[in-house]
Amino acid sequence: MEQTQPQSVHVHAPPEGFLWKYVFSLDHKVIGKQYYGLALIAVFTGMILSWLMRFHLVWPNAKIVGLDLISKSGAPGGVITPEYYLSLLTMHGTLMVFFVLTNAPFAGFGNYFLPIQIGAEDMAFPRFNMMSFWTTAAAFLVLVLAFFIPDGPPISGWTAYAPLSAVGSDAGPGLGWGQNLWAISIGLFCIGQLLGSLNFIATTLDLRTKGMTLMRMPICTWAWFITSCIGLLAFAVLLPACLLLILDRMAGTSFFIPSGLVISDRLQNHAGGSPLLWQHLFWFFGHPEVYIAILPAMGIVSHVLVTSMRKPLLSAKVIIYSMISIGFLSYMVWGHHMFVSGMNPFSSLLFSFPTLTITIPATILTLIWLGSLYGANIRITAASLFALGFVSMFVSGGVTGFFLAQPSIDIYLHATYFVVGHFHMVMGVAAIFGILSGTYFWFPKMTGRMMNETLGQLHFWFTFIGTYCIFMPFHYLGLVGNVRRYASFIDDFMPALMPVHRFVTIAALITGAAQFIFLYNLIHSRFFGKPATDNPWDGTSLEWSIPSPPPWNNFGGKHPVVYHDAHQYGVKGEKGDFIMQDSPETAAG
Amino acid sequence: MAATTVVTSPISQIADATRVSGHVEASRSGIWVGIFAIIMSFAALTSALLVRQGSGEWSHIVIPSILYANTLILLLSSVTMEMSRRALAKSAGVTAWIGITLLLGLSFVAGQYLAWRHLAAQGLYLATNPNSSFLYVFTGMHALHLLGGIAVLVYLLGRVIGGYTSLRPHLLDNTAVYWHFMGGLWLYLLFVISTRL
Amino acid sequence: MGKLFGVVLAIIAILSAYPIVAHWYVQPVDISTHGHAIDEQLADTMAEAGLSFLGAQLLLAFFVWRFSQRKPGSRVWNIPGGATLMVAAAFILVGTEILALGVLGQKAWANVYFTPPKPDAMQIQSQAGQFAFYFRYPGVDGKFGPLHPDKIDEGNSNFFGLDPANDVESRDDIVSAELDVPVNREIQLLMHAKDVGHSFYVRELRIQQDFVPGLDLAVHFTPTQTGKYEIVCTQLCGLGHYNMKAYLNVLSQEDFDKWMKQKISEQ
Ligand code: HEM
Ligand SMILES: [Cu+2]
Ligand SMILES: [Cu+2]
Repeated sequence: MEQTQPQSVHVHAPPEGFLWKYVFSLDHKVIGKQYYGLALIAVFTGMILSWLMRFHLVWPNAKIVGLDLISKSGAPGGVITPEYYLSLLTMHGTLMVFFVLTNAPFAGFGNYFLPIQIGAEDMAFPRFNMMSFWTTAAAFLVLVLAFFIPDGPPISGWTAYAPLSAVGSDAGPGLGWGQNLWAISIGLFCIGQLLGSLNFIATTLDLRTKGMTLMRMPICTWAWFITSCIGLLAFAVLLPACLLLILDRMAGTSFFIPSGLVISDRLQNHAGGSPLLWQHLFWFFGHPEVYIAILPAMGIVSHVLVTSMRKPLLSAKVIIYSMISIGFLSYMVWGHHMFVSGMNPFSSLLFSFPTLTITIPATILTLIWLGSLYGANIRITAASLFALGFVSMFVSGGVTGFFLAQPSIDIYLHATYFVVGHFHMVMGVAAIFGILSGTYFWFPKMTGRMMNETLGQLHFWFTFIGTYCIFMPFHYLGLVGNVRRYASFIDDFMPALMPVHRFVTIAALITGAAQFIFLYNLIHSRFFGKPATDNPWDGTSLEWSIPSPPPWNNFGGKHPVVYHDAHQYGVKGEKGDFIMQDSPETAAG
Repeated sequence: MAATTVVTSPISQIADATRVSGHVEASRSGIWVGIFAIIMSFAALTSALLVRQGSGEWSHIVIPSILYANTLILLLSSVTMEMSRRALAKSAGVTAWIGITLLLGLSFVAGQYLAWRHLAAQGLYLATNPNSSFLYVFTGMHALHLLGGIAVLVYLLGRVIGGYTSLRPHLLDNTAVYWHFMGGLWLYLLFVISTRL
Repeated sequence: MGKLFGVVLAIIAILSAYPIVAHWYVQPVDISTHGHAIDEQLADTMAEAGLSFLGAQLLLAFFVWRFSQRKPGSRVWNIPGGATLMVAAAFILVGTEILALGVLGQKAWANVYFTPPKPDAMQIQSQAGQFAFYFRYPGVDGKFGPLHPDKIDEGNSNFFGLDPANDVESRDDIVSAELDVPVNREIQLLMHAKDVGHSFYVRELRIQQDFVPGLDLAVHFTPTQTGKYEIVCTQLCGLGHYNMKAYLNVLSQEDFDKWMKQKISEQ
């Protein structure tokens, strides 16, 4: 017998007042949008930083009007200095990886749609949820603050390798308070993500509505769930690593700093630490982080594809199991970032093998998406175009993983633009495509208005062709031995490659500019878009069974009962060629 | 399934039984998931310790004996925590038992503070040498997590003082799980500290 | 639009592959004894990855071209074999690729890291610091004097922190800003970081190895062609990272002896 007290009912009253409704809201939908908004600010900032980097690489002496207002020392007279290039690089990488790729596809869409897709009214711990967003927002502010302090942003890259990141301002500009802010920001970010992951896991395990068995959950729910399991482990390791880094920097300990270092002619007062320890801890987080970025995108893309194809994917189960094995394997491969780091060369072989193995589930996923397209009736929309573009990007970025997974080849390609090309395609652009696909797909649900389809498709073409123009040449540059993280190319053979770099920069400027079409579309449609119906794409999952936008308690106080998995397409249903998850009808034939 | 029996009260119009039990279970899952993350963090710190020890420049320090006394206090507090759970089931003496647990928890933290003072008196500060760095980090991180538990105890105590009915048993159960975990974690850390540092 | 997607994607795939097939961008000449194994491995991987890339992209292009925007309500069907076929294909295709490349290809790695240097290999110490490399030869006694970080004094060209006044072995040590080596002689490079992490990368040698502070590593290689090659730093080391380079001069034995003699006389 189950009996209850009213207090145990978690349902919160509709919030009142601007502050509680939009700022410190406990509603998972508002929090999801907040995460998305934060990611949007971060992605445009990160993109402008990449413009500045690309610009500097090919026109090193050009003046950029107004840049000296942001940093007098970094860009005197508007000309970017080499150290400011590294500051831009660090901030670009950090913003993109943490504040875009983790925030938008996982925390943003996940918060908004995971509870709805399992038929819950909210997350399990709404207060934690609100705290997790505001911790993340604080982390963002702390990071961006680095632009406006005299020291400037750190120059040690998003990987912050010790001892460069640990010894303080002797080692260069930005390594004083700039690096402190970075470390504090990432520490805060970890806390936010840990709270978030915990929430996702508990919600998925325990708040599913009647009939929503685990195997009936849509693929993207699964993806968020798996991602939160990965995130829990990964951020739980990065957090203490950041703590140790902060102690090395601010309290004089020597976790990552060995003895006998002479920096700026000063013998450092540290002893016995291990720089490789930072690399191990960082990459133990860092590699899974790549999957934290890409798994939600895979989930979103599967969700969009199945709706657009009007037939089920060949096997949802296989997709789910593949994602689980990717998540699992992602914890055994971190050393592939350290092949030439001085780690024991036998370990390199040990790390190489699971890295190659992980391509099996990744290939299975790709083949399932590909094979499912056969015999489909694909509806072409901005959302489905981006989903198809994702598959293409994932393939392009995936095949180059084969090179870098082999330690022998990595001897040559490590730290070249080949790596930059690889990770931008497979993690950066692919995940961005996932986010964009999800945006075009769910915008009607989230706002009650449709996005402009023409502008959306225009945006797709610019972005799809543009990203190939930017990132494909990076691979060629890397094959020749063009080194990454260089503020200028003074190597002997570089003049011959400068035309390629100029091409890339121009492509980056155009592609970046095209993103403003998206921004315009987003904002304009929010206010003036065509009103959306409840189920504009003929979807089957629960978010399409409720009004657009959903009421504050999602299902209006009712509890949906689920009868099917989310893949009932290509059948004869009452409403068309699909059957909704909460519809008791059974597929005829 | 919520394992506890619950006082009958009017059920709000929205609540349905499975939903509420879902929230009870979610908070239990939440605790276990949180514990898992904490284990992971301390595992990372332990591996840092092992790597650091492997890199030489390692000299042992004598750990303050008050840590052993603190250990007893913390274990005792786990017992009183169990007593409060029983008391809640019988609806008698809850305030006292939670209060005692809280006091014991606070004395543990105070004891840890004395241990730090003791180390400092010997000239061992956070940055003095690798052993002292790890000792402070381990004990500090543990104390921080324990303070989280103490905060919840304070909250629970407030609830109990406000009347038994407003204390949800699963809240106390979950706090107890966390509290015992803190005890277990401390035993593990003590083992690491006394054998490695 | 679906048709357009197919066409555009096919064009992108072919244009992307073209510079590779046409060998527009290739590694610089290999001047090492171990490098050909790496190059072969790279070429094999390029062939397999390139085929997978083209295959998958063209299939995607074709399927989207063929199966998009059909009449509403058109019959949909599944590929024969379904998911089982896909899983089997993945295991077979990638499985063989892993075996062929991953397992067999480790030989190239072993060449570099598991064959110890021959006893007669010439030892040279390399020190990386912000933002320059320095190289030290043991001199006539064949021994390196010990390093004293507190004695480092760039102003007086004591880059390594040597103390010739007290250390006999340091007295004849030769320090140079360029790495001069005789051709066809095995070199063992002892790597020492002065301040932060750096890396030693010579494209033509197919060698890349980090300098890790506090961890003295070594690599060995045998250059087979005389000439002047660039050594660049590939581990982000601070504001002058892009500017941190030195030269590897591979000399004939005579030229090397001459160089050495001159260095000794300069002391
Ligand atoms: C407009 C599109 C983008 C352009 C033009 C661009 C360009 C660049 C450039 C030029 C670099 C520096 C390469 C170097 O000097 O080594 C870089 C680094 C990086 N980018 Fe992007 N990027 C873009 C989007 C993204 C996205 C979406 C991500 C998300 C993953 C991302 C993540 C990174 C990371 C992690 C680094 C490495 C930073 C480091 O070395 O510490 N970028 N990008
Ligand atoms: Cu990785
Ligand atoms: Cu460098």
